[in-house]
Amino acid sequence: MSSDDVTADALATDATGDLSAPPESQDSPVERAAATTPPAVPLRVTNLKKTFGGITAVDDMSFSVESGSITGLIGPNGAGKSTTFNLISGALTPDSGTVYFNGQDITGLRPDQIATRGMVRTFQIARELPEMTVLENLMLAPKNQIGETLWRSVLPGVRGSVIEQETELREQAWETLEFFEIDHLATNEAGTLSGGQQKLLEMARALMTDPELVLLDEPMAGVNPSLERKILDRIHRLQEDGLTFLLVEHDMDVIMQHCEHVIVMHQGRLLAEGEPDTIRSNERVIEAYLGEDLE
Amino acid sequence: MTDDVDADKTAPSVTEAVRAATADISQPVRDVGLIVGVLFGVYALFAVFVFNQGLNSVVSTLRVVTFFIAVYAMLALALNLQWGYTGLFNIGVAGFMAVGVYTMGILAGDPAGSPPGLGLPLPFAIVAGMAAAAFVGLLTALPALRLRADYLAIVTLGISEIIRLTLNSGALNSWLIETVGIGTGAGSGMGLPSFSARGLFYVDGSTANQTALAEVVFAVTGPLGIRESVVIAWAYVFVLIVFVVGFYVLLARIGNSPFGRVLKSIREDELVASSLGKHTQLFKIKVFMLGCALMGLAGILWQGSQGFVSPNSFMPIVTFYVFVALIIGGSGSNTGSVVGAIVFVGLLFEGPRRAGGALSDALAFTANPNTSWEALTLVVSGEPLALFAYATDNISALQFVLLGVVLIVLMQKRPEGLLGHRNETAAAVPLTEQTRSIRGGESDEQ
Ligand SMILES: Nc1ncnc2c1ncn2[C@@H]1O[C@H](COP(=O)(O)OP(=O)(O)O)[C@@H](O)[C@H]1O
Ligand SMILES: [Mg+2]
Repeated sequence: MSSDDVTADALATDATGDLSAPPESQDSPVERAAATTPPAVPLRVTNLKKTFGGITAVDDMSFSVESGSITGLIGPNGAGKSTTFNLISGALTPDSGTVYFNGQDITGLRPDQIATRGMVRTFQIARELPEMTVLENLMLAPKNQIGETLWRSVLPGVRGSVIEQETELREQAWETLEFFEIDHLATNEAGTLSGGQQKLLEMARALMTDPELVLLDEPMAGVNPSLERKILDRIHRLQEDGLTFLLVEHDMDVIMQHCEHVIVMHQGRLLAEGEPDTIRSNERVIEAYLGEDLE
Repeated sequence: MTDDVDADKTAPSVTEAVRAATADISQPVRDVGLIVGVLFGVYALFAVFVFNQGLNSVVSTLRVVTFFIAVYAMLALALNLQWGYTGLFNIGVAGFMAVGVYTMGILAGDPAGSPPGLGLPLPFAIVAGMAAAAFVGLLTALPALRLRADYLAIVTLGISEIIRLTLNSGALNSWLIETVGIGTGAGSGMGLPSFSARGLFYVDGSTANQTALAEVVFAVTGPLGIRESVVIAWAYVFVLIVFVVGFYVLLARIGNSPFGRVLKSIREDELVASSLGKHTQLFKIKVFMLGCALMGLAGILWQGSQGFVSPNSFMPIVTFYVFVALIIGGSGSNTGSVVGAIVFVGLLFEGPRRAGGALSDALAFTANPNTSWEALTLVVSGEPLALFAYATDNISALQFVLLGVVLIVLMQKRPEGLLGHRNETAAAVPLTEQTRSIRGGESDEQ
């Protein structure tokens, strides 16, 4: 029996325990367990399920992401990876199941409530804000902006503090753009950027929220190899700074080389979970990817 | 990428050429210049229509034109906040104006009048009118903003018509008068406390007793043959212009702020905004209420000056006109909203009527057909000008044809509006390339 099966089994038991107790209850065993070790598992999902009409896009998904890791989420097209992201980030509400972030139940919260807690996501198809400049895109993201209050943005007396914070944010935006080497595009409208540049922009913008956990949905899809290396390099540098990543990626090689932990989805369900080497040799994974190049 | 940008620059365009020629002038100065330039262009056109009737006529005509420009500019600016900035499709502008005007009218109306009002102080009534419009905006927005974007459009149109028909209801009016002692006047309308600048010119309203300002102004205008009543009416228009400037400054400040940045992001992609931690519903509700309050105020300043209001002033066509003004200038731009209002009122709203009048006067047609068929038969029987005479006589109907043609051409040739693509910075600080070198310099020093 391979180690990933053990992990999956352990999680399954965990999940059953979860179901028996109402998620709201403060005394649920999971809550207590999570409370004792919150930094270790920033994200834990249990029995997540979502159907669209007749299609079950996500079915009984349970997994967790360890703090400081780069965790890969793979699976064939239509496996339910993006839907899982939407359920975790609040863009969609699950039919059943629970999402815990740092030990707290965040199921059913709005996307902005989840983002404010420190979990930010990017989109599979880049969603730049096309008629805003790259700098504006970045300056939108930071939390706790005092100028987002209507009266503060308008009344003459208090605008000074807004301008002060804006100057700091602009500085931070320039730094982030330089980190991703797209600073030369700062004043361009985001809609004029190439696909790869938009992917970088989305990552840069997500980082401006000062997150703990970043969900990246295929950040390297349709990106040329040199840009792909650049993106991976930045992810590793940010990991060294203490960020945690959950990375959806179609390319098996990338996942195998760059992730500490891999979650495999197939037809909405968890197929396998474990370290890259054990996943690579997992029969069911190979079967699911049949016809696709596994090396 | 860079090729695209270059291609844009070389594309032949008058505005681009103007922009290039004025590149070293700062943006606000250029915008004011543009607004004043277009305004005086329209003035020149109207002066041509009525110049033969004397200076008083010219000044009086320009007053009417400027009055409508000012009210449509205010409404277009308020709509720009909702639709241009935030993407909230409000097609109930007229309804929110009505709420503002009627609330003001009921609160400030004469208790002995017909219908009776509450006789409260005017400034309070105006603020309450704005608050009422904002509140109705809240009631509309709360359910609709949760749903898909197009629901807001349907709901606002519905609410606007419900408001108009309710105010039109005679049963409601008599019931209100009987039970509460105030009324709406129903279909026969309601008298309003008349807004006028008379107080600036006459002490205690007596024409014999002029203020110092009046003596100075009338000393200039009197010998020019401009009547005192025209001068006083102009003074009210100046008050309106001050309000337009106020609206503009308010919106510009909102636009150039983190608040405005969130609005813009909601317009572009609401899911992105909320995924970045913005409580988009709250922003949308706030902005919708503020926009409705401004529409209420614009309505009050418009109808109040006429001393009378009836539900007929709030037909859906008014909302349509505001949209036309905004679209012509370029939705999303405050300068565009004002320019759009000038062009709309000048060339599409007041212009055709005056032009028609001037033409039929000038040409003094012999034949005056009453139907298009009559006109056509006259043309066939050798009176080629008959159709033209018919057209100028029925200019108000032709106005809609003109409006349609202009909108279609605009959508085809310049979907971004007359001012073209504008991007007003969504930040309280400049976001130019230079801000990087400033930053670089600072870090070098450390
Ligand atoms: N909004 C939606 N409405 C209906 N079906 C959807 C929707 N989103 C996803 N699906 C379906 O759910 C399944 C999983 O899709 P998705 O999560 O995008 O897969 P992946 O990201 O792994 O390629 C697919 O069959 C897809 O067609
Ligand atoms: Mg996907």
